[in-house]
Amino acid sequence: MTIEILTSPFMRYALLAAVITGVSAPALGTYLVQRRLALIGDGIGHVALTGVAVGLLTATSPVLTAMLAAVAGAIVIELVRERGRTSGDVALAVLFYGGIAGGVFLVNLSASHTNTNLMTYLFGSPLTTTREDLVVLALLGAAVLAVALGLRPWLFAVCHDEEYARVSGLPVRLLNLLLAVTTALTVTVAMRAVGLLLVSALMVVPVATAQLLAGGFRATQWLAMAIGVLAAGAGIGFAGVYDTAPGATIVLLAIGGFAVTTVVVAGWRRVRRVRPDARDGPAVEPPEVVLTR
Amino acid sequence: MPVSPPVLAVRALSAGYPDRPVLRDVSLAVAPGEVLAILGANGSGKSTLVRAALGLLPVTTGTISLFGTALPRFRQRHRIGYVPQRVGAGSGVPATVAEVVSSGRLARRRLRWLPRATDRAAVARAIAAVGLADRRRDLVGTLSGGQQQRTLIARALASEPDLLVLDEPTTGVDAASQLAFAATIRGFVAGGGAVVLVAHELGPLAELVSRSVVLDHGRVVPPGPGRTGDRAPDHVHPHAPAEPPGIWRGNHR
Repeated sequence: MTIEILTSPFMRYALLAAVITGVSAPALGTYLVQRRLALIGDGIGHVALTGVAVGLLTATSPVLTAMLAAVAGAIVIELVRERGRTSGDVALAVLFYGGIAGGVFLVNLSASHTNTNLMTYLFGSPLTTTREDLVVLALLGAAVLAVALGLRPWLFAVCHDEEYARVSGLPVRLLNLLLAVTTALTVTVAMRAVGLLLVSALMVVPVATAQLLAGGFRATQWLAMAIGVLAAGAGIGFAGVYDTAPGATIVLLAIGGFAVTTVVVAGWRRVRRVRPDARDGPAVEPPEVVLTR
Repeated sequence: MPVSPPVLAVRALSAGYPDRPVLRDVSLAVAPGEVLAILGANGSGKSTLVRAALGLLPVTTGTISLFGTALPRFRQRHRIGYVPQRVGAGSGVPATVAEVVSSGRLARRRLRWLPRATDRAAVARAIAAVGLADRRRDLVGTLSGGQQQRTLIARALASEPDLLVLDEPTTGVDAASQLAFAATIRGFVAGGGAVVLVAHELGPLAELVSRSVVLDHGRVVPPGPGRTGDRAPDHVHPHAPAEPPGIWRGNHR
């Protein structure tokens, strides 16, 4: 019976949708974590909700309108960030909560307003993925990966040290806007699998886990993508079998992985400190044996 | 042989905030092969001067030119190697020495998608020049402060620049790294490069300096007897007793 659920077409589509999200969200999220903008995806998700509502209200594709709203929001956020004013913080808060309030307000105006509809976009509904959805997701996911992996040296340079990148003559503003727009695309991709309120988790948590283990930026990015796929795939499987909320299951699995990794890495470091290997051992302190003679 | 233009020329530069100019009427020029030290107390405008010269801060009045080209039209960015004042160790995601140094090569690699063999060789040379060849795969965050500073110098060297701009490069750097650092700069100057060095104390770099300019409250202190103005390299004694100590030591303890 379990196998039947897992091999049914809607399960396959759900799994594919989740895997596309799992691979693309951390690939881009690595740059956001690098730049200490881990929560920016959350803000863009809030703004995208207004887009969804506009789509539902005007009976156009909510994914398309969500994407347009997310891109517009991301560009505004980037322009505010670029100015670096302290008042920018407040401006972003207004934008984020305006986005979510506008979304809820508009959804309730639409003829087909139901809470299920809203919940679908807020917390994801991978099991309702259609073939057409999947095509859109695959295209958006490919675009996100093309930017995140293809432009790694340049995006790394800008996120690592923006001033240095400017002195180097890199097109800093263009790269920043590209990163913002790609973040918006990632939010749109992840909306189906984990929902707008949990988008940021898949962009950030796998990266946080990977950087505990990986020995460099590129390694962190690849490992985070692997962890993202694993969490997304396992989450859909678990949700299919035990009938739990898929988006929340994926995110909880990712967080569980982070918690376990943190404990294991901390334990491993402690073991190594207590029993340093032969190379550093003698240099630390003279052996006590000397004192007994 | 034609006379080459100054590597960096600053003329009548004022910069800062509208109500509080940090720099007032500063002029200076750096010739090819010269090592210019910009000295002064904290808050004297040293960093503002180099940051304006690199286009990181807006200019109120005056002009800046690099290699004979006015700053707004200057495109040969790979000819400049910039070493910023070291900020805290951590970036969000850990990066290796090689990854950070490679980002310095982008000024020359531009938007070419794959690095050429020459790009990789330049990165390896830059890492070797600062003595970190055996640490190239180490995470920058795990290195000492001095080694992190050397990583940033390697990043600046990776584009094979003609001008190195160093902002307080030896502040908080251990003695071993300061010596390694001085050796790196000596090698760079021997290869014909020019250096602009911002410092409030020169340490082992003093012997490399060919000329120094002292800033005080955003103005160049005119050279005079007992001051470090235009001098031959072997006669520069930046900490000589004749110097008014407040100028570069003022706020430093």
